Amino acid sequence: MDEGKRLVELIPRLRRYARALVGDRATADDLVQDTLERAWAKLHLYRRGTDLRAWLFTVMHNVHVNRVRSARPTDVLDEEMPELAQRPTQPDALLVRDLDRSIGRLPADQRAVLLLVTLEDMSYEEVARTLGIPIGTVMSRLSRARDKLRIMLLGQPAPKLKVVK
Amino acid sequence: MSDESHVTEADLQAYADGRLPQARRAVVEAWLAARPEEAERVAAYRRLGQEVRAAYEAMLSEPVPERLASAAVRAPQLRRFAAVAAWMALAAAIGGVAGWNLRPERPVAQAAPDTTVIARRAAIAHATYSPEVRHPVEVGADDEQHLVNWLSKRLGVKVRAPKLDEAGMSLVGGRLLPGDNGPVAQFMYQSQTGRRLTLYVRTEVARNRETAFRYARENNVGVFYWIDHDVGYALASADLSREELLRLANLVYKKLES
Repeated sequence: MDEGKRLVELIPRLRRYARALVGDRATADDLVQDTLERAWAKLHLYRRGTDLRAWLFTVMHNVHVNRVRSARPTDVLDEEMPELAQRPTQPDALLVRDLDRSIGRLPADQRAVLLLVTLEDMSYEEVARTLGIPIGTVMSRLSRARDKLRIMLLGQPAPKLKVVK
Repeated sequence: MSDESHVTEADLQAYADGRLPQARRAVVEAWLAARPEEAERVAAYRRLGQEVRAAYEAMLSEPVPERLASAAVRAPQLRRFAAVAAWMALAAAIGGVAGWNLRPERPVAQAAPDTTVIARRAAIAHATYSPEVRHPVEVGADDEQHLVNWLSKRLGVKVRAPKLDEAGMSLVGGRLLPGDNGPVAQFMYQSQTGRRLTLYVRTEVARNRETAFRYARENNVGVFYWIDHDVGYALASADLSREELLRLANLVYKKLES
C-alpha cells in the first residue's frame, strides 16, 4: 500500500522527534511503534492527498498523551541520561547532553511545540492543528520554552522573577 | 499588520524562525536595532534552534530498528487476529486441527492425505505466529546454536536453520510447536521491510520417502512443502508471491542438502 511505503519513510523523523520528546531511546521507539500500529488501525480516517506527516504526528501526539496519562505518576527521569547517537566527529558531546537534558526539563506541552517547530520545521498553523491547540497558545508556549531553555543553558537569570507553577 | 510598528513577542519568535514576511522583518529589525538585549535574546533563540537540530540530527541517518519497520508495513493486529480466528474456525470445520488433538493417529473422516496435512499445519502455525510483533519466536537468532541444538534434541533429528540472507531473509529465531508425530520446529525469517517467512520442520512417520515440491494456498498463506526421508518441510508466507516463495523453497532445499 502506498501509505505503508510513506510510513516507512517517515520513521526516522518520528524517531527523532520521539527521542527528543521522551528522553530515551527505548521509550521513544516504543512510542513510535505504538504510533505506527495506531496509524494502521486508523488509516481509514486519513484523508488521501492531505499531509501524511502532519497526520502521523497528530497520531503520535495522541498516543503520547495517552501513554503519559497512564504512566505511573512516580516516574522520574533516569539519573543516567542515555547517550544520543553522535557522529564521532561531533565535538561537543557534553553540550549535546546538556541540551538534551534541558529539553527534558521543559514542561511537556512546551517541549512538544518547541520540537515540532525546531526539528520538524512545522508552520505554527501545522503545530496548532497537530497538537489541537489555538495558534496563540502555540506562540506563547514556544516563547516560554525558548526562554527557559536559554536560561538553563546560558545560565542567565530571568529578567523578572515569575511564579512558575 | 505590516505597517504596524508595534512588535509583539510572536513577531520575535517568528523572526527567530525566519518566518516573517520581508516587510515585517524590516520593522522587527529596526525595533531590535534599538534594543540590544532583545536582539541578543533573539540571536540566542536562533543559536539554540541550530543546536537542537544538530543534537538530534544523527537520528535521521540511523538504521530503523526491525520492529519499527515491520510495524510500518504490517496490517493492524486486529485484522490479523481476525484472520487467525477465521483460520482456526475453518481448520476445525474440516477436521484439520488434529495437531491439537490428543489422539492424532486416529483416522479422521475426510482426513486430508498425509502430505497436505503438513501444508495446513504449517499455514496455521504461520498465521498464528507471524503477526506477532514483540514475541514472534521463543528463541532468537542471536542464540542460533542453542536454538538449533534445542530443536534438534526435541525433534530427535538434526534440524538446521538454513541461511537465507542472500535472498534478503534473515533468521528471526524459532519455536517449538506440538504436532501430529511429536514436536515440530518453526523457524521464522524476516525481510528488511518486515515480510515474514516460516519454515515448519517435522519428523515423518513413513520414512524413506521423498516428494517433489508441492504448493498449497490456505487462507492467504502460501506453502511449499516437501518430504525428505524422515523429515517433512513446509515453507509458508502470507507476504510473498508464489514465485518468490518457490525461489526461497529451492534455496532452503539447496542449503539443507549441502
